[in-house]
Amino acid sequence: MSESLAITKFSDLANPTRFLALAARILPWMASITAILFAIGLYLSFTTEGDYQQGQTVRIMYIHVPAAWLSMMCYTVMAASAIGTLVWRHPLADVSHKAAASLGAAFTLIALATGSLWGKPMWGTWWVWDARLTSVFVLFLMYLGLIALNRAMDDPSRAARVSAVLILVGFVNIPIIKFSVDWWNTLHQPASVVRLDGPTIDPEFLRPLLIMAIAFTLLFFTLHVMAMRNEIWRRRIAAQRRMAARMAGREA
Amino acid sequence: MMTHTFYISVSYAVTALITLCLIGWVWLDGRARQRELAELEASGIRRRSAQPKGDLAKSDAS
Repeated sequence: MSESLAITKFSDLANPTRFLALAARILPWMASITAILFAIGLYLSFTTEGDYQQGQTVRIMYIHVPAAWLSMMCYTVMAASAIGTLVWRHPLADVSHKAAASLGAAFTLIALATGSLWGKPMWGTWWVWDARLTSVFVLFLMYLGLIALNRAMDDPSRAARVSAVLILVGFVNIPIIKFSVDWWNTLHQPASVVRLDGPTIDPEFLRPLLIMAIAFTLLFFTLHVMAMRNEIWRRRIAAQRRMAARMAGREA
Repeated sequence: MMTHTFYISVSYAVTALITLCLIGWVWLDGRARQRELAELEASGIRRRSAQPKGDLAKSDAS
């Protein structure tokens, strides 16, 4: 009974008109909570202690780690949407992975740029072609490729099917990024937060890191809902223009 | 030799710039689409589901 209710609720949301109504209701809340969390996170980022080895550069981690985490989470959201496109042929799933691609590219760019800016003073180099850095760079190129592919095709549902296949093929890169630091000998340090034996970093650094991670994640979902709403509107405009042209043709 | 403060401030500046560009782009895109929808509505082009009953019957008949 409760399961069928959950399914009904989910399919209600899957209707683009209902999605637009829900988006209008929740977006102001999501944006406000994101702004509050960023204010707290940024305050903690600049008021907590520096690390005994990294010194003040530990503050770069409070933006680098959430951006890197989002670069992978965004791709996972896109892969889940790609399944929605291929299995259920749902137009909202098409809209979801198309809207997420630019966001993923932006967060991956932040992760690459801030990582590089941390690497120079700490490692003595801006960049090394180690497994973690190279696999994240490949992820960035995949985002750009998916954006280009979506823009190159006129028919949105065909573009969605082709990019859904590509997204799922490219998903193999996500475990490679995650475990690259364990599988290969990399300059990039291994995981210190998401570990089976719990985080190994001091609560002094963990607090700002977690709040910034939640703030960035909420920012992603706020922008994702907004970008999905924009894409639905774009498709409606295109459909209405087509209908108007057809009617004008008939009248002529 | 650049100080650590330089690397930290550039990191935060780059992040702020990319994030603000992203927010601005999504926001402006939404505004432009809303305007376009309003223009279509003003010129009498509506979604079939949003059309008055009489109009729908007329467009079905033609």
